[in-house]
Amino acid sequence: MKQTRQIETAPGFAIVLAGRRIPGHRLILAVIFAVILAMIVTGLDWGWLGRWWPEIIRGVVISLLMLLGSVVLGFALAVPLGLMQLSPNIVLNGAARGFCTLIRGTPLLLQLWLIYFGLGSLFPHFPWIQESIFFPILREGWPFGLLALTLSFAAYEGEVMRGSFASVPRGELQAGKAIGLSGWQLLRRIWFPRAFYQALPTLVGETVLQLKSTPLVATVTVIDIYAVLYQVRQETLLTYEPLLLLAAVYIILTGILVLLGRQIEMRIPGRRPSPSASSS
Amino acid sequence: MEGFGHSWLLLVEWSPPLLRGFLASLQIAALGYSLGLMIGLTGAFSKLYGNPVVRDLAEVYTTLIRAIPELVLLLLLYFAGPALINQLLTHFGRVPIDISGFAAGVLVIGIVQGGYSTEVIRGAIQAIPSGQFEAARAIGLSRGQILRRVTLPGMLPYGLAGLSNLWLIATKDTALLAVVGYTELTLATRQAAGATRSFFLFYSAAGFLYLLATFASWMVIRRLQARIDRGQERSA
Repeated sequence: MKQTRQIETAPGFAIVLAGRRIPGHRLILAVIFAVILAMIVTGLDWGWLGRWWPEIIRGVVISLLMLLGSVVLGFALAVPLGLMQLSPNIVLNGAARGFCTLIRGTPLLLQLWLIYFGLGSLFPHFPWIQESIFFPILREGWPFGLLALTLSFAAYEGEVMRGSFASVPRGELQAGKAIGLSGWQLLRRIWFPRAFYQALPTLVGETVLQLKSTPLVATVTVIDIYAVLYQVRQETLLTYEPLLLLAAVYIILTGILVLLGRQIEMRIPGRRPSPSASSS
Repeated sequence: MEGFGHSWLLLVEWSPPLLRGFLASLQIAALGYSLGLMIGLTGAFSKLYGNPVVRDLAEVYTTLIRAIPELVLLLLLYFAGPALINQLLTHFGRVPIDISGFAAGVLVIGIVQGGYSTEVIRGAIQAIPSGQFEAARAIGLSRGQILRRVTLPGMLPYGLAGLSNLWLIATKDTALLAVVGYTELTLATRQAAGATRSFFLFYSAAGFLYLLATFASWMVIRRLQARIDRGQERSA
């Protein structure tokens, strides 16, 4: 405690790296973390990496495919879900709101297991499914994992899209109507792009959160990175190493996603237009 | 498929383990959430008023929590945590301890919730108009009095929405304990469904119980919000 106070009150203690001033306490923290990291790397047993790395790479790819697939498909569902929740039609509106409440109100793991075990238990009752060319795929876990992740993303982002569709100024839509755009053109050229840009920062954040949900698919036999390292843990009987690597993989993937997200957000045209410009 | 009467019988037959699981889920959520609030308050105060080292450590904590999946944290705490503690304990000649699924669940939910509530509480404290603190200092309140009479009550209107959202997340995160074999509601449901082959029946029943918890929470939150918003300026 005494030492940290000393550092805080020593204004001159800092170095400049690549044009940025780095305070001294941060350097010391960095050194401490580097020492801990070095102890983890040298003090623990990493020999298994040599045999397992192809599986580890494959696991990371599967995890990323689950993320990408569920985000793309889920967003495609979220757009109609958002629009339906703004619709005056009671049936459409109620169905969309009901779906979102149902998914958001129950755990993803419960939904995943309902889909995997529940749908799986129905297949024997329908011989045509077992005879179809898709059946070999349906005997694997990933379609169910992807479906559960997709529905979950769709429900959360459906709410987000409802909000951003509602926030598009009415004047812009009225202007579109005035110049004779059809309903579809209005959606495609004005309503959707404006709502999408509005929602983009949230969507990026939610994609990072979605990455944290992907390891659940390992419970329905998908061999993602979580499943691979869990297997390593069981075969090597190592306590710390596989779990530490697992945490490190997710930290790195999150870091990459956050950086990518920043790149995408910088491309948003005309962020935060002034209210007078958008409503006139 | 065997008709309604059969389904009801099954539900009645399996309701004791399901309700026990539901109770366990609620207990873990409540304890984990409370622990998370304490960590969150500590984290928020560290970020706002701590020295640079404390501030950086709080930042590292919240960043890690947002990057590592809850399931991985659960495994780390459930398997690696006790192993590390026991290594240290035996090193110092003490008896090794055993961490229960319940304790691991509460700890993991608390640590995860702590990361998120740190940010919610920090934002809420920053939203308090600075004039209130100046007024408190001007009339000579001590630091402890300012904390108790201004900071904590003052942040509630701004923080309640975020904190209630975290509570709803906590109730659902308890389902992850099913993966490490702790019989809360989701694992109890899986066992009931597996034994009876009535998958939709039991998963729907469990879904209903989770939704019940969510709706009950909403009602409480609405009343809390109404109470807290007394005397707040209405934004037109």
